[in-house]
Amino acid sequence: MTEPHVETPATGPVSKLQAELDSGKFVFTGEIGPAKGTNVEKCLHEAEEYLKHTVTAVNVTDIQTAVMRTGSLSVSHMLTDRGIEPVYQMVTRDRNRLGLQSDLLSAYCLGVRNVLALTGDHVSMGDHPDAKPVYDLDSVGLLEAMSTLERGSDMGSDAKGNPNVLDGVPRFFKGCAVTPCTEEVEPQIIKLEKKVQAGAQFVQTQAVYDPEAFERFMEKIAHIKVPVLVGIVMLKNAGMARYMNSSVPGVFVPESIIQRLVKASKDDKQKVSIDICGELIQKMKHCCQGAHLMTLGWDHCVPAIIQAAGLA
Amino acid sequence: MIVAERKPLNEIVQSLAGRKRVLVLGCGGCVAVCCSGGEKQAELLGEQLKLAAQVACKAASGGEEAARGGTAAPGGKVEITVDCITRQCDREFFANMKHDLKDFDVVLSTACGVGVGYMTALYPEKVILPALNTTFYGANVAPGQWQEFCHGCGDCVLAWTGGVCPIARCSKSLINGACGGTNHGKCEVSKDMDCAWYLIYKRLKELGRLEDLRKMRPARQWSKDRGKGVRRLTHEELMQDTEVQK
Ligand code: SF4
Repeated sequence: MTEPHVETPATGPVSKLQAELDSGKFVFTGEIGPAKGTNVEKCLHEAEEYLKHTVTAVNVTDIQTAVMRTGSLSVSHMLTDRGIEPVYQMVTRDRNRLGLQSDLLSAYCLGVRNVLALTGDHVSMGDHPDAKPVYDLDSVGLLEAMSTLERGSDMGSDAKGNPNVLDGVPRFFKGCAVTPCTEEVEPQIIKLEKKVQAGAQFVQTQAVYDPEAFERFMEKIAHIKVPVLVGIVMLKNAGMARYMNSSVPGVFVPESIIQRLVKASKDDKQKVSIDICGELIQKMKHCCQGAHLMTLGWDHCVPAIIQAAGLA
Repeated sequence: MIVAERKPLNEIVQSLAGRKRVLVLGCGGCVAVCCSGGEKQAELLGEQLKLAAQVACKAASGGEEAARGGTAAPGGKVEITVDCITRQCDREFFANMKHDLKDFDVVLSTACGVGVGYMTALYPEKVILPALNTTFYGANVAPGQWQEFCHGCGDCVLAWTGGVCPIARCSKSLINGACGGTNHGKCEVSKDMDCAWYLIYKRLKELGRLEDLRKMRPARQWSKDRGKGVRRLTHEELMQDTEVQK
């Protein structure tokens, strides 16, 4: 079933996502979360149906919110089989540097090129709170590990202390995350600078609902020359918006948006949610390079969001 | 200091099942300071065990034996004796025990895990059981409250983290700054827990040393933190005795 993967050239973009961002086009990415269980068809089907022809690449979450489920590497690979380019999300919570580097090589062998380095929610927030959190590396360390692999070596050394030499060298398009609208942005910016120094080539942000705060953030990181895809998370109802304000770090949903959701009739909610996303993108597209759409199961709304943003 | 907390009484009672002569041995070191395993707590535990044995005995024999004043448990009488020494992590203090270990079939130590483990190495013929859960290296931050400050990672970073340890106090032991979970100065794990990296940022900023935060920190050498197994400290100049104490 797997088609032989085209050899990645030694220079130039390694993925469609990189090529399109390089070209200056406003880029969309989507996101799917594998199932808890082996029934991955549903998320693959949704990706084929609603994301394949609307977004450039699709993020696959890695044991998101520390709730155990099918892995992001296998589903990323299955996406490539279906002609959809994945962004393989990788958290440092569950594997040490041996596991992470090995999975990076595996990912490359399986045709995966875009990798998003994340720390990952703490195990205590998920459904296996007694698991041992690993965090051998942090997200900066994972990006460095990727860069090291790309140089043909790894984080270890041979018995004489010389750097190891890889038999076959991968190339990735390396991404990272940032929270732009948090109350204290300076430490976020410092960490972003470190991620870029460690090799990050693109950024996908945490959800943004405050275009002005986002613009201020973008001005502050004008010196960081990597493309930024603004995070757009669909608000399904006012309750979810309030929950995000109270419980999701660095996310602020203005009351005006909450009120629109409150006022929307039941049948209208989805439409209002789509419109909110579209307007947010319209307001921010001038200061970023793309948008990362997180629909939380409402994947069928992606085409409409892009339309509402005036970018279809 | 090492901070420890008493195990639930039930767990201790279960671990003593079938033992007849129990020495509860307190420790006057850290666990006395954190009020978990010092002389007073050892005595209290002794009393609780006597009571527990009486209750068990009553349940088993309709209360007759307990009424006669002895302490007993199913299967016969249990004698509980309490003693305490200055510290259980130094060989010399065991000489000060007021009792002979030969008279007991088990020692219930209220020391930290070091005391229990070291005593086991010193007295291999004896069974030494723990009465505490050893939890962390901490300080007494407020009356009745102890908090973790150090993790014993073997490679101290406090010089460039403004004196706040990210290994012990960041839930993920991160080394290059806060994760996305930092929220109004608190950690994603709990609203009651400070985000260590927020504290570090604030402190470094105050000190005019944000450069320390900007600097790339390479992956940790976890080999210094248990990665190579049991850790040892050797001061050669102090090693007159060739026999290294276990
Ligand atoms: S919120 Fe702060 S303390 Fe908690 S894991 Fe993240 S960086 Fe560490």
